Amino acid sequence: MTLIDLANPTRFLSLTAKILPWLAAATAILLAIGLYQSAMAPDDYQQGATVKIMFIHVPNAWLSMFVWGVMSLSALGTLVWRHPLADVSAKAAAPIGAAFTFLALVTGSLWGRPMWGTYWEWDARLTSVLILFLMYLGLIALWRAVEDPSRAARAAAVLTLVGAINIPIIKFSVDWWNTLHQPASVLRMGGSTLDKAFLIPLLVMAVAFSLLFITLHLAAMRNEILRRRVRALQMQQASQPRA
Amino acid sequence: MSLGPYASFIVWSYLLVAVVVLILIGWIALDYRQQRARLRDLEASGVTRRSGRGAADLS
Repeated sequence: MTLIDLANPTRFLSLTAKILPWLAAATAILLAIGLYQSAMAPDDYQQGATVKIMFIHVPNAWLSMFVWGVMSLSALGTLVWRHPLADVSAKAAAPIGAAFTFLALVTGSLWGRPMWGTYWEWDARLTSVLILFLMYLGLIALWRAVEDPSRAARAAAVLTLVGAINIPIIKFSVDWWNTLHQPASVLRMGGSTLDKAFLIPLLVMAVAFSLLFITLHLAAMRNEILRRRVRALQMQQASQPRA
Repeated sequence: MSLGPYASFIVWSYLLVAVVVLILIGWIALDYRQQRARLRDLEASGVTRRSGRGAADLS
């Protein structure tokens, strides 16, 4: 099966029906392993047991940006290639991305209180992630406000690509500005500064959350395709002459 | 396993993530059932796709 074959929604539905149970099982197994490793990880010499919040905060923060990246690629698919599933992909990803961003903000806040002495600080990293969250909500509102999916798709695609400017700002905010948030310690030039006792559970949790996103995204795309079929059939029904 | 003096912050973080992820899973599963039910109702009322395939058919 090629990528072109997946442009057909019916083939896409057939594929997701086959792979979703396997993806869900792999996600559950990896999450269980990651949670066990997180529970067994030693305390940090400075942060103590609060370092355990990192194992859920960081995957959610990574995914908040990754999902916008997926939506940006989908936006290109909508505007440039007019791929039939591109808008379906972007629309299905937005609520999931918003949830991950919300979790990154709140778990970061709960980690910040004992470590920084405050739940919130208007520094560059925290503020740019809050802006990302608001952009997710704005996009969801846009899709809900415009009834015609093709018109909503183009407007949302443009907004998504404009909003993509925020992703490098979030990533490099800790280098460009003086922030309360710590600089990158995993994905950085020169390798990770984290000890293996923390790095391995973190990477397992990151892969588990990524699999969770892929599973939820495919399931939400399947729902969106079915929703559009419902809409098409309802319009067909409305246009039929009544006896 | 001792979570130290900030145990409540750690427990609340994990609980919140669990609740939000479960809400996401539940919402997507419920949406799927709703869409399938709507398609079945439409088919039962005689509306069919131009291809002739069942609208709720995933294969």
